Amino acid sequence: MNIEMIKPENLVYTKTKLMTDNALSYCPGCGHGTAHRIIMEVIDEMGIQEDTIGIAPVGCSVLAYEFMNIDMQEASHGRAPALATAVKRLWPDKYVFSYQGDGDLAAIGTAETIHACNRGENIVMIFINNGIYGMTGGQMAPTTLPNMKTATSPYGRDVKEMGHPLKMTELIAQLPGTYYVTRQAVHKPANVRKTKKAIRKAFELSKENVGVCFIEIVSNCNSGWKMRPNEANIWMEDNMFPFFPLGDIKVDGQLITK
Amino acid sequence: MAKVKGTIVVDTETCKGCEVCIPVCPTNVIAMSAKVNSKGYNYMNLVGEDCTGCTNCAVVCPDGVITVYRVKV
Repeated sequence: MNIEMIKPENLVYTKTKLMTDNALSYCPGCGHGTAHRIIMEVIDEMGIQEDTIGIAPVGCSVLAYEFMNIDMQEASHGRAPALATAVKRLWPDKYVFSYQGDGDLAAIGTAETIHACNRGENIVMIFINNGIYGMTGGQMAPTTLPNMKTATSPYGRDVKEMGHPLKMTELIAQLPGTYYVTRQAVHKPANVRKTKKAIRKAFELSKENVGVCFIEIVSNCNSGWKMRPNEANIWMEDNMFPFFPLGDIKVDGQLITK
Repeated sequence: MAKVKGTIVVDTETCKGCEVCIPVCPTNVIAMSAKVNSKGYNYMNLVGEDCTGCTNCAVVCPDGVITVYRVKV
């Protein structure tokens, strides 16, 4: 290591000040930490720390307010979009975002999610999809892939018996209340940079009061999937991405036709 | 071609040793330390002179433990 290089004028990247110094409660290699950091970087770059209110979910990221140095409110399980609606309606000038996992947004909170999107609330919704209930020990979630093994589907998800995975992002893209809907990932530097651009776009659009901006981040759950972090990222590329393809689904209120 | 040299500073106490930074390094100068931090995780460190300060490792680090410095030489 070159000691002379370590000077403030040579600094090109450091953790944003909007992340607190608390050690993240996530497992090693979990995408939640990266997702937290890029949201905070966007807020830092836009200079809207005092004008942003985040809604924390129930799930692994239940302690998100401990790590994000902005105003936050904890919601009941699945009710983050409902709470975000209330906050945004009471403070129309603030930037309001909800941060939820797939167990929170796509299972217990499906009704709140769909109705908030259908009403076209002017909020940003961040959805971390790892296809499993990570916090409770890796049980099958609505987004679990067909034939994927979890604690409650030890022989793989049988779609005849257990139903099909829910493509929440495609579902809500059909609703007229959503304006910008995209699916991204945070496992590689290029993906992280794309996701950051998408989050920045969503926050900028939320100021224009055009409707819900919804960002799904396909993430890993190496503890729940019983893999090492890098193996989990490769498994995610091979199995999750064919089912949850990355890219914009709805831009400027128009569905992208492929 | 203008050359750049970089270096990284690692917060070894917060590193959880997930190794996500290792495959994204274009010059393969990151490796896991044989030592562990107070939580028992092997932490990552810089092992070569070829770091270009590309920030790839810092961008993917879930725990944000990496600070990157870069100079033109």
